[in-house]
Amino acid sequence: MRNAAQLVLLLVVLSDLAILGTTRLSSCIRGVAAQGLLLGLLPVLVAPQVSVHAVALGMGTVLVKAIVLPWFLARAIREAAVRREIEPMVGFIASQLLGALALALAFAIAARLPLPALQQPLLVPASLATVMIGFIVLTTRRKAITQVVGYLILENGIYLFGLTQTESVPFLMELGVLLDVFVGVFVMGIVVFHINREFDSLDSTRLRELTD
Amino acid sequence: MRLLVICGLPLLVAVPVLVLPAFRGRRVPVALLAAAALAHLGLVASLWVAPPPPELGGWLAADPLGMIVLTLTSVLFVVTVTYTVGYLRHEKPRSGRVFAGCLLAFLSAASVVALAHHLALLWVGMEATTLSVAPLVFLRRDRRSLEATWKYLVISSVGIALALLGTFFLASAQEGVPGRPLVLPDLVAHARELHPAWLRAAFLFLLVGFGTKMGLAPMHTWKPDAYGEAPSLVSGLMAGALTGCAFLGVARVTEVVMAAGLGSFAQPVLVGFGLVSLAVAAVFIIGQSDVKRLLAYSSVEHMGLLVLGLGLGGVGAYGSMLHLVNNGLAKGWMFLVTGNIVLATGSSTAARARGLVRTLPASAALLVLGLFAVTGSPPFGLFMSEFTILRAAIDAGHPWVAVVMLLMLAIIFVGMAALVLGIALGEPPSASLPVRESPWLVAGPAALAATVLMLGVFIPGPLQEVLARAAVALGGSAP
Repeated sequence: MRNAAQLVLLLVVLSDLAILGTTRLSSCIRGVAAQGLLLGLLPVLVAPQVSVHAVALGMGTVLVKAIVLPWFLARAIREAAVRREIEPMVGFIASQLLGALALALAFAIAARLPLPALQQPLLVPASLATVMIGFIVLTTRRKAITQVVGYLILENGIYLFGLTQTESVPFLMELGVLLDVFVGVFVMGIVVFHINREFDSLDSTRLRELTD
Repeated sequence: MRLLVICGLPLLVAVPVLVLPAFRGRRVPVALLAAAALAHLGLVASLWVAPPPPELGGWLAADPLGMIVLTLTSVLFVVTVTYTVGYLRHEKPRSGRVFAGCLLAFLSAASVVALAHHLALLWVGMEATTLSVAPLVFLRRDRRSLEATWKYLVISSVGIALALLGTFFLASAQEGVPGRPLVLPDLVAHARELHPAWLRAAFLFLLVGFGTKMGLAPMHTWKPDAYGEAPSLVSGLMAGALTGCAFLGVARVTEVVMAAGLGSFAQPVLVGFGLVSLAVAAVFIIGQSDVKRLLAYSSVEHMGLLVLGLGLGGVGAYGSMLHLVNNGLAKGWMFLVTGNIVLATGSSTAARARGLVRTLPASAALLVLGLFAVTGSPPFGLFMSEFTILRAAIDAGHPWVAVVMLLMLAIIFVGMAALVLGIALGEPPSASLPVRESPWLVAGPAALAATVLMLGVFIPGPLQEVLARAAVALGGSAP
C-alpha cells in the first residue's frame, strides 16, 4: 500500500507539471480529471486499513473531481465555443521551470516542517507543490476558464494536505469541503459562461472597466 | 435545538424559494423573507434571555464573540428586509427568487459562522457566505457587475482556500494533544501544548485567508468593485454583516494563539495589517467620486481598525468588539441611504447626484450625519470605539501607532467630507425633481443611526458584559 501511495503521489506531481505544459484547453481539463482520479485513490491507500470512511471519501472525490467538474468545464468550453489554445502570459517553458522551482521549494519547506509521524513522507511536499502550481496556473493564464482550473489544482493540493488529517477531521467535514468546492466551481463556471457572452471572449484581462 | 434552528431555518425557507416554479419571475416573496428574518431575530433574542447549551457535540455554541456577530447580522438583516419593501416599489431585480433565496442562504451561512465552534464548520460556513452573495453582486447582469462578481469570486475563493489550508495546519498543530480535533474550547484549553511552528503557520494562513474576506489591505482589491456594483442593500449586508463574520474567523484563531502564549508573534502582524489597511484606505479615499466605492474604502479602513485593536491587546480587544458592532450598524445605515440616492438619481457618483438637500432631504440629512458617524466623530458610537483603540495603543507603549492612526483618520475625514458634502449640498442638476421618500426607505437607516448614536452615549448592561467577556477571551481586558 505504501509503495502504491508513493507512486500515486508522484503521478499527481507529474500531472501538475503536465498541466503547466499543455497548450490545449481540452488536455488541460483532461489533466485535472486524471488528477482527480488519482486523488480519489489516495484516501484508501493512505489509511492504515481500508474503512468505509476512506472508501466513501475516495468515491466522493472521484465523482466530484474526476467526473462532474471536468465534464462541466468541458461543457462550458464547448458551449462557449472558446478558442482551444491556452494563451499564457508566461510562456510554457517558463511556467514549467517555475513549476520545477515550486517543486524544489515544496520539498525544502516540507523537510523543515516539524511533521507529525507520517505514514507518507511524500504527502506534504506533493501537497505544497500542487498548491503552488495551482497558484501559478491561476495567476499566469489569461482565460477565465484556465483560472478555474488553477483554482481546482490549488484545492487539490489542499485536499492532499487534508489527507494527513483523515483520522482527526471528521467525515462530515470532508464532505462539506467537497461540496463547497463543487458549488464554488459551479458558480464560477456560470460566471465564465456569462463573461463569454458579454465580452465575446473568456479573456479575463479584458475585465478592466472597474478601476480607481 | 435553538442553535440548529437559527442556522437551518433561513435555508429551509430558501430552498423552496429557489426550487419551486411558483417563485419564478420578477416578484420577490417579501412576506416569506420578512417572516424568516423576524423568526431569526426572535430566536437570537431568546439566546440573550436564556443562554443555550452547546449543540451537536460542541460544534455549535453561543459564546460572547459569536453572540455579538450573530446579533449584528440578524438586526442588519431585519432592517435590510424592511428596506427591501420600499426598494422593490422602485426597482425589480431580474430574478425574484435569486434575490430572496440568496439573501436567506446568506443569513443561514452567517449564522453557521457565528455559532460554529468547530473550525472546519466555521470554514464551511464562510465559504457558503461567499457563494451565497456572489449571485447578488451579479444581480444587474451587465458587464460591470460581471467583472465585479468575477473578481470577488476568484479573490475570495483563493483567500478561503488559504484559510482551509490554515485550518489543516491547525489540525496538525493539535496532533497528539488531548481534546476533540479543531473544537475551539478544547483548542483553547490545551493551547500551550499545541505545536508552536504549526500554530504560527496556521495563524498566518487563517489571517491572510479570512483577511481577504474581510478586505484587509493588500487583499482588498475586490471590495470597491463588489460593493460598487452590488445593489446598495446587498453592499450594506456585505459591509456590515459579512465582514463581521470574516473578522470572527480571524478572532477565533487569535483566541487560540493568545491562549498559547504566542501573543508576541501574532500581535505585531495584526498591527501591521491594521496600519497598512488604514494607509491604503486613506490614499484611495482622497479624490474618490463614487459614494459606494468611497464606503468600500471606508470599510477597508474600519477592518484595519478592527485588527489593529486586536493586535494592540488590552482594552484594544474591547474596542475592537465594540467597533465591530458600531461599524456594522453604521455601514448598513450608509449603504441604505446611498441606495436611496441611487434609486432617485440612478447613480452614486458626484457627477450625477448633487444637491440632495433639495431633492431628497431626509436621505441627505442621514448621509451627512452618517459622514460624521463613520469618521468617528463624537457623539456617535464609533468615536467611543476608536478612542478605546487609540487608548490601547498608548497603554501598549506604542504612541507612534496612535499618531499614525490619528493622521490617517484625519486624512480619511477630509476625503470623505469632500465627496459627501459635495453630493448633499451643491447645486442640483437642472432637470431633477424632488422625489417622495417612502417611509420604508428612510425608517431602516434612521433606526440604525439612532442605535449608533445611542451606543456613543450609553451601552446597555448586557451588551457591555458580553463585550467585556469577548475581550477577555481574546486576551484583552475591559476598560
